[in-house]
Parts: sequence; structure tokens; C-alpha cells
Amino acid sequence: MRKKELKLVVAFHTTADAMAMEKACKEKSVPGRLIPVPRSVSAGCGLAWCAALEERGQIVELMQNAGIEEEALHECMI
Amino acid sequence: MIYMDNAATTLQKPSCVAEAVMRAMSSFGNAGRGINDASLDAARVIYDTRERLCRLFHGENPKQFAFTSNATESLNIAIKGLISPGNHVISTVLEHNSVLRPLYEKEQFGVSLTILGCDEAGNISYEEMERSIRSNTKAIVCTHGSNLTGNLIDIERIGGIAKRHGLLFVVDASQTAGLIPIDVQKMHIDVLCFTGHKGLYGPQGTGGIYVCPGLNIKPLKSGGSGVETYNKSHPAQMPTALEAGTLNSHGIAGLNAALIYIEETGMEYISAVAQNRMRQFYEGVRGIPGVKVYGDFTAKERAPIVSLNIGNVDSSEVSDELLTEYGIATRSGGHCAPLMHGALGNVEQGAVRFSFSHFNTEEEVETAVCAVRELAV
Repeated sequence: MRKKELKLVVAFHTTADAMAMEKACKEKSVPGRLIPVPRSVSAGCGLAWCAALEERGQIVELMQNAGIEEEALHECMI
Repeated sequence: MIYMDNAATTLQKPSCVAEAVMRAMSSFGNAGRGINDASLDAARVIYDTRERLCRLFHGENPKQFAFTSNATESLNIAIKGLISPGNHVISTVLEHNSVLRPLYEKEQFGVSLTILGCDEAGNISYEEMERSIRSNTKAIVCTHGSNLTGNLIDIERIGGIAKRHGLLFVVDASQTAGLIPIDVQKMHIDVLCFTGHKGLYGPQGTGGIYVCPGLNIKPLKSGGSGVETYNKSHPAQMPTALEAGTLNSHGIAGLNAALIYIEETGMEYISAVAQNRMRQFYEGVRGIPGVKVYGDFTAKERAPIVSLNIGNVDSSEVSDELLTEYGIATRSGGHCAPLMHGALGNVEQGAVRFSFSHFNTEEEVETAVCAVRELAV
């Protein structure tokens, strides 16, 4: 397994939210990618957005502007 | 074959639709079930399609659009998920069985119905509709356009009535989506039910439901959702709430291509051509002795449908002759709108329905007019 780093992980209620997030980030050139929801975030399934910690401010602003609803924002080792 | 059964399904689709389905079938994984490119590509196209539907119908948010297999499924979700015993519902005789049968089912469990009649031209009275509202009225459920006459119902006016009286407004847009402008916010539509394979030019097996924000519908189905595996209940958030199980991403890819085609071609243009074909046909047949045309053609806008009968001849006989002698595909008999046939007085005879798309040509319409003229002799 590769070395883990502390990352920002945004979990969503629906896949549609996750896809809206990916699209909005791509449009605004905000780096990050979709990952399977890590166990430390939720024992369920689904997609989460993973980004560097320093992107937090930009990501929160982007989500507010785009009306994207997160389930929760986490910081965890990915 | 000259295809004039577009109200049943549009046969001629833009070529991009089939191409998109083929591409999807060889490249899509299961949307929302993984982060591999195949799965994400499916999820991306599905989300993009939600956005396009949201723009087309002027929704608040793409998430308020869930995919279904057709308008029938959407209407069943809306009617069975919103109406409870003790409620009163107002509908009309213009309705298709996809509205009437779920309502009749609810009637057996303590829901009362008012089915508004229509005049000779097939139009309802909006005053009568408002007078029919009772203290326990929960919803108005009605079509935007009759699949038999092509008459439109003024859904903006009904939306106003529903809003004034605090009622839910559920619209069946099977015959109008993609052909007649619909603005769910301006028209105060709470639930819009539509199919993908008619005026939207998508594949059969695609359809959808818009639900206004804040309205929770008890889903017909529960099951896999791609999220919240260990939750005993199906997630309540739209669109997941109404999308249990794997989506028809291959079909939705086709619908996506169709929506792009409509955006690029222009719905106004598509609609205008279909309307012109309908008017040309109507003008050609309306004066033919023995031909009875149903519906109101004084309205500026209508669904591109002309239903008629020739004397007392069985509509299926006329339709069969049109196909075998002239190669013209129409629909005959009952059109799943039993009350409308009753109101028009052609329950026994049925009606021959010619329904047009913008792919029909003037020459095809002229051939159909000539065929009707010859058959009416």
C-alpha cells in the first residue's frame, strides 16, 4: 500500500452530489478526485471527494456557490 | 413506411441517440458503484442528463430529477406515494390509463375522485375545476396534452389554482415534453412526469420525474442505492430516494444525446415543424365529406396529433387499410384514454390517430391526406 497522507475528504448524501462536485471542481480547476468512501468516514459505500488539506477554503466556497450539499467534511489519512 | 405514430413513440431518432447508446453499452460500468473510469463515465453522463432536464424544464436543481423507466412509472410513484386514504383528488377525462388506473387503485383504499368532464371540443372548465376543490382535496393530477385529441390543458392556470388552494399539482407531460415549453417553477408544478421516448427522442425505457424541493414522496421501490449500505431504510434524498437499483445508464446516454440534439436544433424549431405538419394534415382532411376530426384546432398550441374517423367505419379497418395500401403507420382503436373516448362518443369505433414529429415531411403529410380522401369515398 502506498504511504498515506492527511487529506480533506468530503462525503455526500447521494451520487448526484458527488458528480456535481467533480464537475464544479473541474470547471474551477480545483484539484482533487473522487475516491471510494473510506471506512474511517463511513461504513457504507459511495463516492467521496478527496483533496489536499490546503484546498479546504476554496472547496467550501465552491460548494456554497454551486449549492452542493455535503454530508460531512473530514480530515483523514488517505 | 410513412410513420405517423409519434404519439406512441418517435421511431425516427436523431442518429446521435443510437450512437450514444452503442458507445455506452461498450464502455459504461455501474454508475455510483465504483470510481473506475467505466463507472464514473456512466455517473457523469447521468448527472449531465439531469442538468439538461433541469434546464429544459426550468427546475431548481438537477437533483430534483430522478430517472424512471417511463411516464407510467413516474405517475405511479407520484400518485401512490403522495395520495393517502381520505384524500380527494381532482383529475380529468382527458387522462391516459397511466393516470386513471393508479387513481382507481387508490379509490379502492378510501381516496375519493372528481374526474372533470369536457366540452364537445375536448376542453375542460377551469372554473369547474376550482369549484370541485373540497376541504380534503390533496392534489390535482392531470395531463398537459391529450394523447387522443392533442388538446392542451392550461397547466400554468391550474398551477395557479393549486397554489392558491394549497394543493399538490402533478402533471403528466407524456405528450408534450420536448414539444411544448414547460416551466415547473413558473407553472407551480410539484411533480412532473415525463417519458424519454416520445417528444424527447430518447430510447424506450427512459423517463423521469421532477419533484419540487421539500416534497417527500414515499418511493415505490427500495433497494440498492450506492450509498448508506447499512441503513435499513432507503435513503430519503433526491434523486436517490426514487432511484433504487441500477439505472438504465445505456438508455440515459441515448436520452442525453437526444437532449443535446434538441438544445442544438432548438425546441421551438422542432415544435414548429411538428405543428406545421399537424396543421397541414388537419387542413387537408377537415373538409373531406364523411371525415370527423376530434379536438380543438382553434388553440394556438397543441400536441401534434390529429384523430379522426371516416363515417362509421371501424377505426382499425381504416388504420389497416392505411398501412397495407399506402404504407402509412397510424394507431387505431382505443388509445388507453377510456374516458376521452367516452366523451367523444367513439368508444365502439375508436379513432384513427395521426401523430407527427419534425422528421415527417410535407410530402408524407400530403400522401396521408390523399389516402384519407380516397378512403372516405
